Amino acid sequence: MATSAQPIQSSSSTTFSRKPRSLWGDAWRRLISNRASVVGMFIVGTLIFTAIFAPLLAPHNPVIQESGNSLRQPFWVTDTTSATEPVPGHPLGTDGLGRDQLSRLIYATRVSIIVGLIPTIIVLCIGVPIGLIAGYAGGRVDNLLMRVTDIVYAFPDLLFIISISVAFRETWFGQAFNGLLLIFVALAIVGWTGLARLVRGQVLSLKEKEFIEAARALGIPTGQIIRNHILPNTLAPVIVAISFAIPGFIIAEATLTFLGAGMRPSVDQANPFPTSWGVMLQEGISRLSSGPWILLFPASCIAIVMLAFTFIGDGLRDALDPRDQ
Amino acid sequence: MTQYIIRRILWFIPVLFCVGLITFTIAQLTPGGPFDAGRDETSRRMPGGAEQVLRERFGMDLPMWRQFTRYMFFDIDTNQETGEREIVWGAIGGNLGPTYASRGQRTVQQELFEGSGDNPSRFYYSARLGIQALLIAITFGIPLGVIAALKQNSWIDYFSLLFATSFVALGSLVISILFVVIFATWLGWFNVLPDWDEPIRPWVLPSFALGLASMGYIARLTRSSVLEVKRQDYVRTAHSKGLAEQVVIWRHVVRNALLPVVTIMGPLIAAFLTGTLFAEYIFEVPGMGLKLVQAIGQRDYSMIMGGALIYTFILSFSNLLVDLAYGIVDPRISLK
Repeated sequence: MATSAQPIQSSSSTTFSRKPRSLWGDAWRRLISNRASVVGMFIVGTLIFTAIFAPLLAPHNPVIQESGNSLRQPFWVTDTTSATEPVPGHPLGTDGLGRDQLSRLIYATRVSIIVGLIPTIIVLCIGVPIGLIAGYAGGRVDNLLMRVTDIVYAFPDLLFIISISVAFRETWFGQAFNGLLLIFVALAIVGWTGLARLVRGQVLSLKEKEFIEAARALGIPTGQIIRNHILPNTLAPVIVAISFAIPGFIIAEATLTFLGAGMRPSVDQANPFPTSWGVMLQEGISRLSSGPWILLFPASCIAIVMLAFTFIGDGLRDALDPRDQ
Repeated sequence: MTQYIIRRILWFIPVLFCVGLITFTIAQLTPGGPFDAGRDETSRRMPGGAEQVLRERFGMDLPMWRQFTRYMFFDIDTNQETGEREIVWGAIGGNLGPTYASRGQRTVQQELFEGSGDNPSRFYYSARLGIQALLIAITFGIPLGVIAALKQNSWIDYFSLLFATSFVALGSLVISILFVVIFATWLGWFNVLPDWDEPIRPWVLPSFALGLASMGYIARLTRSSVLEVKRQDYVRTAHSKGLAEQVVIWRHVVRNALLPVVTIMGPLIAAFLTGTLFAEYIFEVPGMGLKLVQAIGQRDYSMIMGGALIYTFILSFSNLLVDLAYGIVDPRISLK
């Protein structure tokens, strides 16, 4: 990462006596001086902590059903006459099958984390190389790769993912990992185009810069130029794009599952990924009239996480692109 | 210009062909057919003879490549009664095939584009919902962004920005769910099961739920765009030649600031298309999206595939319109 900062560093360190500040250090300082971003990072940190330590934090097993305790209301409801009065031990109430809401919410954070992470990694592995190659090679290669990108981009992504997941649901591939594997792959297949276009655009403008020309004049092999000089300079916009892609994937999983084409809830008590917020939304909408609060909790959790990521993304964009200050 | 339009429309062909090829392949990979007795024994079982007749009628005994050309383009059939040979059009002629759920009795396009009795078609509901959401997004988003930018760093600005960012972050799915829980179930201002004969009431919640996220997006984009334009030399020139503040703002700043807003119309329309899927499901709007969601539950693959083709076409077409509009509002862009 340090290589990316050299053009700026070399001039400032010779004229000033103070310790040189790297581009990334500057960006980090700007990021943590943005209050909303810090709040966002704190929330995401809490989310990761909850996901890792879910078994310790959850008061109940998220899939055990208590038959006499279904549709219990959350603790703040003081209506003690109905059959759904709050019971101690279930602070956020129970769902239609008598499962503890709080525990299910806590375990669901795990799916959010991996569904934000794994497709992002796959998308990076597809989109960045394609963008780099298309931008640097130019000509026919660029044309071909960009046409493919155009076609994938033209798909209505959600509907396409639904087609794939409905078609493969009954195969081993669709069953694997409660259907999550299929979601990862489907999200990645349609998700890489934006990143490829972004990287290509960056490379096209970087390619004309003097320091790349200098590197080429020095006889540095193409692979090395791309790896050491172009790639680090495309990082900033890629990081910003990722910070918006992660919540995009989380909401896509919730949407797919909500529509019945995504993750399937597990009844296995030992399953580390038993449920997701999307599953809880899907179960909640069918109980809309009898227990509207069931829907409220997963929706609020998604809302808080989305806000957190948006704050981080906005902060990163301002921090890495100081022109907009 | 004409050349550009023609080239763009020609580009539809490979896009739709690829989408068609992929959806066809997925449909073939999918276990079970429209006339099979599936896992759901009671609802799909048919007498053996009837199934064979239907399979022949829909060309399901043909070789794979011919099924594909039949699905996408056309096929030549012999009419059973008259013995004449006639052309059966495929997707290219607007025929998207029989739906599995109706056991081949109705076609996808009949389900989506034909109303029953006095009721309008499913397409009408979806199109109206999408257009209303788009209007809400534009009519609230642009003024909000302009006001925020003109009062930069005031409490109005911060409030507008927070408001807009919250809606963007929540997204249509969460907004829809919160709306239905708060306004329909708890406050009871709207019916959970809407009466579609009423002119306005049933449309309010779904239109706003779908439009507000995009409203926030437009407001944020407008705000940053106005701030950018305000710094331009030509705005300073306009000020220094003594133009009234209002004239500078509306004629020079806002007009130029709206150009980037036009470019995001393409992605916005795409968002509305997918948004109708869950918004219609949550608010029980009898539109295309609801039908497609039901098709997921019924494993009605032909409906899902047909929906994918229709949505791709709408998306490509509206992207073309957006690009053309951009060429018109910004004379500096030359469409080549």
